[in-house]
Amino acid sequence: MSTVKGEMIKGNEAIAEAAIRAGARFYAGYPITPSSEIMEYMSWRLKEVGGAFVQAESEIAGINMIIGSAACGVRSITASSGPGISLKQEGMTTLSDEELPAVVVNVVRYGNGIGTLLSAQCDYHRETRGGGNGDYRCIVLCPASVQEAADLTVEAFDLAEKYRMVSVLMTEGALGQMMEPCVLPEMQAPKRFEWGFDGKYTNKKIGIFDRDSMKEAVALNAKYNKVKETEQRWEAQHIEDADYVFVAYGMPGRATIGAVEQLRAEGHKVGYIRPITAWPFPEKAFEQVNPDVKGYISIEANATGQLVDDIALTVMRQGKKKGSDCSGGSCPAPVYCNPHVYGVPSTKAIMEDYAKVLSGEMKEVY
Amino acid sequence: MAANANTNTNTSVKTKVNIKPRKVPALIDRPMSFCPGCGHGIIIRLIAECLEELGQDDNVIFGIGVGCSSLLGGGLETDRLHCSHGRAGAVCTAIKRVNPDNVVISYQGDGDAYSIGIGETTSAAYRNERFTTFVVNNTNYGMTGGQMSNTTMPGQKTTTSPDGRDCTTTGMPLRFPELVASQFDAAAYVARGSVSTPANINKTKTYIKKALEAQLSGEGYSVVEILSSCPTNWGMTAPDAMKHLDQAVTPHFPLGEFKTRANEQREVK
Repeated sequence: MSTVKGEMIKGNEAIAEAAIRAGARFYAGYPITPSSEIMEYMSWRLKEVGGAFVQAESEIAGINMIIGSAACGVRSITASSGPGISLKQEGMTTLSDEELPAVVVNVVRYGNGIGTLLSAQCDYHRETRGGGNGDYRCIVLCPASVQEAADLTVEAFDLAEKYRMVSVLMTEGALGQMMEPCVLPEMQAPKRFEWGFDGKYTNKKIGIFDRDSMKEAVALNAKYNKVKETEQRWEAQHIEDADYVFVAYGMPGRATIGAVEQLRAEGHKVGYIRPITAWPFPEKAFEQVNPDVKGYISIEANATGQLVDDIALTVMRQGKKKGSDCSGGSCPAPVYCNPHVYGVPSTKAIMEDYAKVLSGEMKEVY
Repeated sequence: MAANANTNTNTSVKTKVNIKPRKVPALIDRPMSFCPGCGHGIIIRLIAECLEELGQDDNVIFGIGVGCSSLLGGGLETDRLHCSHGRAGAVCTAIKRVNPDNVVISYQGDGDAYSIGIGETTSAAYRNERFTTFVVNNTNYGMTGGQMSNTTMPGQKTTTSPDGRDCTTTGMPLRFPELVASQFDAAAYVARGSVSTPANINKTKTYIKKALEAQLSGEGYSVVEILSSCPTNWGMTAPDAMKHLDQAVTPHFPLGEFKTRANEQREVK
């Protein structure tokens, strides 16, 4: 991330242009701050490349249009934020049910209900657990720079099609609105997937009342397990000898890297894991952590602490793997949570969090 | 000579049997599970016949609504997407935008198209999307057990209006074709038919065909609403339901063409 290359571009526009270059030829959605630039960019850019753009009457209609175009084998993308993504849940579970690939960009803003316009990470639980009805998963990618946002947009399409799933690009208001140098991906020729509708009934389907839901559910779960096994992505440093390991993604993840570098320079044995996939959660990163680590610290931009749950689950699982038994004295490492509510925590704030953990002022949550 | 004699015999047999074989369009040649006396079977048959006659039965994509129309999910032999409840207007918008050379049809009931999907249905008409909507209007939510819909008639008893529909608190029956014809100038073809009698069925078939022809020549949005019987939820025998359709339902929902194709004369009623 430190190498400066490419032209200055706004995060949201980098995502839109990367989608075009990845071969996306359909966009439908409804504007909402702080995601609107993606839609505005698509409105003229898709026309230029011979794609289709629809300003839908609502996010519900927008995601259902994505279903229509994805069903025809076209690379399709929509973007929104907060309550707009709530409305898209109906379509995301339907896409998952039909095993149609699509990319949904959530430029996360803070708050319940209508919410605010502030950059945040409050939608972690919804995106990683699946916010619609049913029993499905989406691949969730979390960029920490404009460059990574552009790169992960292409990857989001590739993964969505590889597994016939929905990919969520879970970015943040701050990242969507800021400009950074970025080398945009290569232009790819658009593809039509052979499983799409052609009007000739080339790909046979059965009706909902004729489906074997038991068989389908088992197959779907096997697919999700394969994604868990093969598609975990993360960035980590200084974890092999760390006393404390920070875990943070997106913009707070980026701020955490700065804090870790500074703490290291001051002689503190700290490291970090920055999840790039929030689902599948990068459990494998934790296998490389110092077995005698004294604790994990989550840094996140929400009030309730959400990422911390996945850290705790992973740590507990690893404790079990190592055969440690709390009753015998050797417990999984404690997990601390630092929810900064919204915005991007400063290096200083993260270092203060660390000092509170060391002094015992901050208690572990798991 | 023998060969000639044979040919003659065959010819004479062909001449004698001058009845067209009763052929079910390949598109729908599967068992369907609509209730006895339901109008859906007639309507999908008419659509399939029109598609075949227009040479489009191998070039069609259906967006199917939720409700009794869901039963087409297992009944049709063609590309079809079973849409979320009410969303066929949005799904078909995208299908037609990315596959403009396919005939795209949304097949929905009155609950799907006019209640939960009124936003998607109206917006597709408003944008003048180039696909065709067929709405089967049986004045209630059939699949879920006969609840009130936006087309339930004043005083009609349903499972959620057990004392009869009170329009002062629930609104008047919605007339969507009239709305499209009067408000959306760009719409290409708008009509309402019925399956109550053979004459009405034949007329409905001409409406369906014109709607599809309007789409084929890229004229704009087309919609045909078809009044249909629901003996199960109306609590009637099949013949009584057809009579009821004519005598009680049709007065609330006038039949005919509300918007004709640009180059056609308005149908004389």
